[in-house]
Amino acid sequence: MEVNEQIAIDHGLKSDEYKKICQLLKRTPNITELGIFSAMWNEHCSYKSSRLHLKKLPTKGKKVIQGPGENAGVIDIEDGDAIVFKIESHNHPSFIEPYQGAATGVGGIMRDVFTMGARPIANLNSIHFGSPQHKKTKNLLRGVVHGIGGYGNCMGVPTIAGQTSFDSSYNGNILVNAMTLGLVKKNKIFYSKAAGLNKPVIYVGSKTGRDGIHGASMASASFDEKIEEKKPTVQVGDPFTEKLLLEACLELMSGDSIIAIQDMGAAGLTSSSIEMASKGNLGIEIDLNKVPCRETKMTPYEIMLSESQERMLIVLENGKEEVAKKIFDKWNLDFAVIGKTTNSKNIELFFNREQVAKIPVNILVENSPMYDRKWKKSKLPKKNKIKNEILNKLKIKDVLKKILSNQNICSKEWIWQQYDHTVMGDTIQKPGGDSGVVRVHGTNKAVAASVDSSAVYCWAHPLTGGKQVVAESWRNLISVGAKPIAITNCLNFGSPEKEENMGEFVECVQGIGEASKYLNFPVVSGNVSFYNQTKEVGIKPTPSIGGVGLIKDYTKMISMDLKEIDNLVLIIGKTEGHIDQSLFARTILDEKNGPPPEVNLFNEKNNGETILNLIDKGYVKSAHDISLGGLLVAISKMCIKGNKGIKISKSKNLINEIEYFFAEDQGRYLIEVNKDDLKEVTKILNKNSVHHEELGIITQNDMIINEKTKVTIDELKSYYTNWLSKFMS
Amino acid sequence: MKSSVITFPGSNCDRDMDVALKKFGFNNKMVWHDDNELPKSDLVVLPGGFSYGDYLRCGSMASKSKIMQSVINFAKSGGLVMGICNGFQILVETGLVPGVLLRNKYLEFICKNVFVKLDNKENTYFKNLNKDILEFHIAHNEGNYFCTKDQLKEIKDNNQIAIYYCNKEGKIEDQYNPNGSIKNIAGIFNKEKNVLGMMPHPERMIDQSLSGEDGSIFFKNLINNIK
Repeated sequence: MEVNEQIAIDHGLKSDEYKKICQLLKRTPNITELGIFSAMWNEHCSYKSSRLHLKKLPTKGKKVIQGPGENAGVIDIEDGDAIVFKIESHNHPSFIEPYQGAATGVGGIMRDVFTMGARPIANLNSIHFGSPQHKKTKNLLRGVVHGIGGYGNCMGVPTIAGQTSFDSSYNGNILVNAMTLGLVKKNKIFYSKAAGLNKPVIYVGSKTGRDGIHGASMASASFDEKIEEKKPTVQVGDPFTEKLLLEACLELMSGDSIIAIQDMGAAGLTSSSIEMASKGNLGIEIDLNKVPCRETKMTPYEIMLSESQERMLIVLENGKEEVAKKIFDKWNLDFAVIGKTTNSKNIELFFNREQVAKIPVNILVENSPMYDRKWKKSKLPKKNKIKNEILNKLKIKDVLKKILSNQNICSKEWIWQQYDHTVMGDTIQKPGGDSGVVRVHGTNKAVAASVDSSAVYCWAHPLTGGKQVVAESWRNLISVGAKPIAITNCLNFGSPEKEENMGEFVECVQGIGEASKYLNFPVVSGNVSFYNQTKEVGIKPTPSIGGVGLIKDYTKMISMDLKEIDNLVLIIGKTEGHIDQSLFARTILDEKNGPPPEVNLFNEKNNGETILNLIDKGYVKSAHDISLGGLLVAISKMCIKGNKGIKISKSKNLINEIEYFFAEDQGRYLIEVNKDDLKEVTKILNKNSVHHEELGIITQNDMIINEKTKVTIDELKSYYTNWLSKFMS
Repeated sequence: MKSSVITFPGSNCDRDMDVALKKFGFNNKMVWHDDNELPKSDLVVLPGGFSYGDYLRCGSMASKSKIMQSVINFAKSGGLVMGICNGFQILVETGLVPGVLLRNKYLEFICKNVFVKLDNKENTYFKNLNKDILEFHIAHNEGNYFCTKDQLKEIKDNNQIAIYYCNKEGKIEDQYNPNGSIKNIAGIFNKEKNVLGMMPHPERMIDQSLSGEDGSIFFKNLINNIK
C-alpha cells in the first residue's frame, strides 16, 4: 500500500505531522513505518500537548530514587527497601468494554511495576461514572468493578483503597485509573535503558494477536456515535498469564542476566523496543518472523501495533539465553530471541528476510511533536451570599441524612467487597479508611497509600483544585499516621485542542506543582489522559493523585473508628464556613457556582506535621480528615466505624450552625484524645500555632448534635450504608 | 511437624500459608506442581488462588497435576490433606471430598470476615478446640457448595460437615450465608476426616493487626493435635 497524507490522517496524525515525518525521513514512509510513527506520536505515548507543562512539576527529593520517565517512580523507604509506584488511566477502553478495559488497566499498571523488579503489594483505583440516572451507569460500574476484581484478585495482589464518584460530566466518558505499589530492594531495581552491542533482545509472555491494534491511538481521540466500531481496539486480558509472567520475571531478576527490561503496554512492541533503544542511545534490530504469534498471516504492521497483553521485552547479557529460557519454560510462557542491539541508532525490522522498516530512533522520540497549545485562564468565581434565613429553615438531621446517603459520600463497600483486599497477609488497613495500609512483609514498617480527586473544585477553579487534591492526599496519609513521601498523578481532561480544557489542564498542573513543592511531596510518576470527551462535551477536569507514605512502626498506625467512651474529639484547623462548591451547596441548595474552598499550604503543612508529632507521642487514638461533606459527615463516619456516639458541645464559633457542620474548609482533621492527655496535647498544638477546638465527648451511643437533635448510630448506619447496594440490586 | 504446601501455576495464597504454618511451628516445604514425589509430610496443604487461571472449571486442571497423584495416595493412606478456597475446589475435583463448588449466588466475588460454626470435633483438625464459633475470612467467587440430596444425606450421616456459615452467636441462617451454599456449608471432610476442604482462609487471621486471630487458634490447635 502506497502511503499518502490521507492514510496518515486516518492514522490520527495531523497533516503537518505527516509532512514532518517525510522531511525527517527524507522519503515517504511505508505503511509499517507510518503505523510506528502514528503509535509513537499520538497523544497517549508522546505527551505532545502536556510535556511542556509537566516539566514544571517538582520531581526530585531526598527520598526519590527514580522520578518520571521510567516505567514507574521509585522512592526510598529505608533499610535498603524501596517502593515502586504509578497510576495510569484506562478510560477510553473501559467505556467501550468495561470488563476488559478495566481489567487490562489493572494488568498494565502491575506490569509497569514488576518490570522494575518490584513485587506488587497493593492496588488502588479511582473510578468515575456518569449520573446514577444515566442508563449506562449501572452496567459500566458493574463491568468495571468486575474487571478490576477479576484481574487483581487472580494476581493475588490486594486492592487496598480507592475512590468512586458519580457526576453527569462522565456520562459519555467514564474514568478508570489504576494504581499499583510494588516492593523492591534498592539495589535490585531494573530499568529500561538498553546497553551494549549485539546483546540478544528477548520476547517473553503471551503470544501476539490482532487485539488492541491502535489502542493508544483510540485513547488519543474523542468519542462520537461510531464508538461501537472501536471495540476491536480494546485489549483482552489474561491475569493467569500475567501471574506466571510476574513469577517468571522475578525469578529471572534474582540472577544477573538482565540488562534492560520493558513491558509491552500502549503501542506494544513498537514503543517498548524504541524506548529501550532510545534510552540506551543504541539501535535495535528485530526479526518479526521470530515473534510468537497467536494468529496466522500477521503482517509486520499488525505485529508492531498489536497491544496483546502480558508481554515483555528484555535485553539479556550474552550467553544467558539458556538460563532465561529454562525459567520461562518452567512457567509455560513463550520465549524467543527476536533480535539484537546494534550501533546503527536505527530501529530496523525484518520480515521474510526483507527489511520492512528502518527509522532513526531519535526521530521517533526526540523529534516527536510538542505543542504549546493555546489555553484560557480561569477566573476565581465570586462568592455566593447565602442568606441565614435559608439556612435556618433547614433541619440538621434531614440534611445529614441526605448528605450521608449521597452517592459521592455513602459507603462503597459493595465495590471493595468484590476486591480481594487481604491476600498476601499484610493488609492492616482495609478499604473504607483514609488510606489503605500494608505492612512491608517481615518488617515493622508499613506503607500507606491513598487516591484522591476533586473534580468539582478543579472545575470551579483549576488552580485551587489542583492544590486541594494534593493537600487531600497528604491529609489522608497523615490521618493513618504515615509520613507522606511522594505522589503519582493521573491527569484526566477533555480535549487539549479546546482552550478551556487546555486551560484547566495547565492550571491544575500548576496547582499540583505548587502544593507538592510546598509540602515536599514530589511527583515521581504519572500519566495524562486527554480527549475524555464525547463530541463537544468534555469531562470535569479530574486529576487523580495517588499518595504514598511510610509508617515506621506499624503498631502506631491510626484508624478513624472512635476508640473509647469519654475520650474527647478535637477539631484541628479552622472552620470558616466555606459553603460554595460543597456537597451541601450542590445537593441541598442546588447551587453550583462559587469558588472552591481556599487552600492554605502553610496550614496544611503545619497542621499535618503537628498531628504526626502527636501520633508519634501516642496521644492520638483515632483520626480522620474533614473533606467532602464537612465536619458532621466526618464525625458520623468515625461514629459508624467505631460503633460509638458523641455528644457535640455547643460551638463557640460565630458562624451559622449549618455552615459550621457542612462547610468544606480545608486543612482540617478530627482527632480523638484521652482527657488525661488534653493538657499536653493542647500545649503542643498551641506551641505550633495550630488552630483547634473541642467538638465533643465520645459516648456509648447516639450522636447528640444539639439540644433538639439526636441521631442514633443505627440511623447513621442506615443513611450511610444502603445507597450503593440498593442502586446495584 | 512437617508440612508441604503445593504451588500450582496461579496459586496465590501459597506464600501466606507458608508464613502461617511456619509461624505456628511447622517445618514447611513448598512443593512444585510438576514434581512427582511429596516430601515426607504430616500435613499437605492445597492453597488458595486461581490454579491454571480457573480455566475449564475451578480446580479441575490442578486436580490432574503431576503431584496430585502423590497427594491422593497420601490422603488415601490416611495422611492429613487440607484444601483452602481454591484448594477446596481442587479437592472436590479429585473426588477426595464429595460435592461441587458453584459460582456465588449473587454472581460476585466476595471478600470479608465471616463466622463459622464447627460441627464436628472428632477429628485432628478441630479436636480440643475451646471455641465452637470462629471468625474466619473468605475471598472467593466460586464458594457456593452444592451436592445432591443423596450426597447430603450421606455426608450428614457420616458427620462430614466441618463448618457452617453462621452469625456471631452461632445461628446458622440464610442471611448469614454469603454465597448460597447448601445448608450454609463452608467446609467438609472426607468420610475418614483426614481430608478437609473449606472456603475460609485461616491463614489470613493469624495476627491482631490483620482481620483477626481465630486463625492463630486454629493453627496452634492443629499442630498440637498432630504432635
